[in-house]
Amino acid sequence: MKRVATAATLIALMLAAVGTASGAGTHRSAGATKLTVWVGWSARELSAFRKLAAEYQKANPGVTLNVVGSINDDKIVAAIRAGTAPDVVSSFNSYDVGVYCGTGGWIDLSSLMKASGISTSMFPATTNYYTQYGGKKCALPLLADAYGLYYNKALFKKAGIAGPPKTIAELTADAKKLTIRNPDGSLKQVGLDPFIGFYENVPERWILPWGGTYTDSKNHAHLATDSAWSKWLTWQKQMIDWYGYKNLVKFQAGLGDEFSASNAFEVGKVAMNLDGEWRVAFIKAEHPTLDYGTAPMPAADPSLYGSGYINGTIIGIPKNGKHTQQAWDFVKWVTTNTHALAEFSNAIKNVPSTVASTHSKELVPDAHFATFLKIFANPKSGTSPIEASGVSYTNAVQNFATKWQAGSIKNLASGLSSLDKQLDAQVKQAKGGGVP
Amino acid sequence: MERRRARRRAAWRRRRLVLLLMSPWLVGFSVFFGYPLVMSAYLSLNHYDLLSSPRWVGLANYRYLFSVDPQTWTAVKNTLWMIGVLVPLQVLSAFGLALMLARARTGVGIFRTIFYLPALAPPVAATLGFVFILNPATGPVNTILGHLGISGPLWFQDPSWAKPSLVMLGIWGVGNTMIIFLAAVLDVPRTLYESAQLDGAGPLQRLRYVTVPSISPVLLFAAVLGVIQGLQYFTQAYVAAGVASGQASQAADVTSVTLGYPVDSTLFYPVLLYQHGFVDFQMGYASAMAMFLFAVSFVVTLAIVINSRRWVHSGAR
Repeated sequence: MKRVATAATLIALMLAAVGTASGAGTHRSAGATKLTVWVGWSARELSAFRKLAAEYQKANPGVTLNVVGSINDDKIVAAIRAGTAPDVVSSFNSYDVGVYCGTGGWIDLSSLMKASGISTSMFPATTNYYTQYGGKKCALPLLADAYGLYYNKALFKKAGIAGPPKTIAELTADAKKLTIRNPDGSLKQVGLDPFIGFYENVPERWILPWGGTYTDSKNHAHLATDSAWSKWLTWQKQMIDWYGYKNLVKFQAGLGDEFSASNAFEVGKVAMNLDGEWRVAFIKAEHPTLDYGTAPMPAADPSLYGSGYINGTIIGIPKNGKHTQQAWDFVKWVTTNTHALAEFSNAIKNVPSTVASTHSKELVPDAHFATFLKIFANPKSGTSPIEASGVSYTNAVQNFATKWQAGSIKNLASGLSSLDKQLDAQVKQAKGGGVP
Repeated sequence: MERRRARRRAAWRRRRLVLLLMSPWLVGFSVFFGYPLVMSAYLSLNHYDLLSSPRWVGLANYRYLFSVDPQTWTAVKNTLWMIGVLVPLQVLSAFGLALMLARARTGVGIFRTIFYLPALAPPVAATLGFVFILNPATGPVNTILGHLGISGPLWFQDPSWAKPSLVMLGIWGVGNTMIIFLAAVLDVPRTLYESAQLDGAGPLQRLRYVTVPSISPVLLFAAVLGVIQGLQYFTQAYVAAGVASGQASQAADVTSVTLGYPVDSTLFYPVLLYQHGFVDFQMGYASAMAMFLFAVSFVVTLAIVINSRRWVHSGAR
């Protein structure tokens, strides 16, 4: 009996100690709120974000920010599932917003925005599109990427071309003029590589200048009936056949990695290239003497010239985050403060994501970069479709395009019809609706 | 009466001891196999996106798998191709190497080491090495072929060559199976060969009537293991597709569309399962795929084992 009493006393003491310890923890967190912020950036870009976080902490002494870099969507989903999500999360994959909003994984920010007087009109329409789904605004844009044409001025001069192409006909003619073959017929220099899967070449970036859309008014995929798709795919295949599919694949196999100093455009192996605005910073760091220019992508419809593809980093609050209000205060500041956006934009050379910040006097002027600010502000610019099936929607389109360019699809019209059915079935499946 | 009770107590003590000794395995089996299997079966009947609660959909995931998803049959065909080609070639090359090594008179240790070494290379590193060596533009293989006046294939970049390239990688790393075959071949009693020789059997007849029957349990083991590994073929395909597609710097970015590159030729069933579960976040659907894979693995293994009774000679008979 005595032993039982002693054991009971010991257990009681241990429980008391545990209680005191946890109580002390709660007390500490009440003093200074520690927010954990997950971001995808790493290395130089992560340092720039940490600098921004330090500025926020300085202005808000009651908050300490623990910034964790190199986060991807897998980690975000796993943490939300496990109930260990941080206070603030950000993702490079804006097309996954359909998953985050649709499942409630990221909370709807609408009421917080309303209470803080943050209107969606502060952001360009395209960024508003890729930060919402199903009537829920579960993310805000944190800098954006705009895509345009990079062209090598020295190679243009050598080929006798005066300026960047504006139409598809000019693009085709210039690409051929800028291509140099070896005596054995293999490719030495390529004017423009339209191969889907090469560097930043994906269908959603190429289809915009052709005016293509994904769905009809009932949100059914209509790639087979929107003639822009067949026009673009036909042009793309003709270009690839002109180079020779095998020639182009072999040429690409010998090129340097996209995110290295051996990038094909940077070393003059490719004369024109579709790329994002960040390439300006890469060229400055890796090949500062490169004589190049930037322009919008040539368009099939002249009224679309000047527009381009946009996407970007999204930031939000996971459903089981612990300090929602403080997290929102930080999200609000980092996504709407003109000074913060301009400073971060200067540091990592991404496009600032509010309308006001694109005109900020703090932005370091750069003629190459200015092109992308204009593309971003263009009302006809667009982005990837946001669907419940997330990235698998655009992946299916890309999968189709890679088969088409390889010659595996013989009948484009029936192939696109099957793709439409597949896309609709995929969306229904992702919503839990099963087989259509 | 008292003696019976004592016997019962002793038997219970023995059972308790057995249970205690088995408990690490029991816990491991329940946590890492039993529970996931039951959960997979349950989730395969639900819509589950990892972020919201599972919702019952009955057999909808299975219907989508078999009647709608166009990638399912591509992945099944690729996987069957790999099993049909890689497994026999691996078994034959491991057996052939073991026979040669068993007959070697000098430098046995050196040759055994040379042929076993590739098995020590981690699959990711080995795949990276193969992709670089077989690079159609800069790789040494095509450079040498070029000097010989032969235009080399595009290897991992060509839909018709990507799987054969993976087969080459699989045969190169056959060291583990080779060692097992070598042990089995060396274990065949010499007296059997001597008797066969006295009966007038030539080398091929000795191989057919002495060696093969004697090592048939090892052949069965290699075949079953090869088929199961073929059904789970993932790492090499995942890495090769990522690197060959030119996305080496983004190999960790699972959202990049490289799975199955080029043109779905390396889209194996486990790769597709991974894509649906961890890229598309459709864990309910991925669970249905996993259950189908489990059922197929079980049936195929059972079929091989039952069929093997006709050709495997165990020492007991």
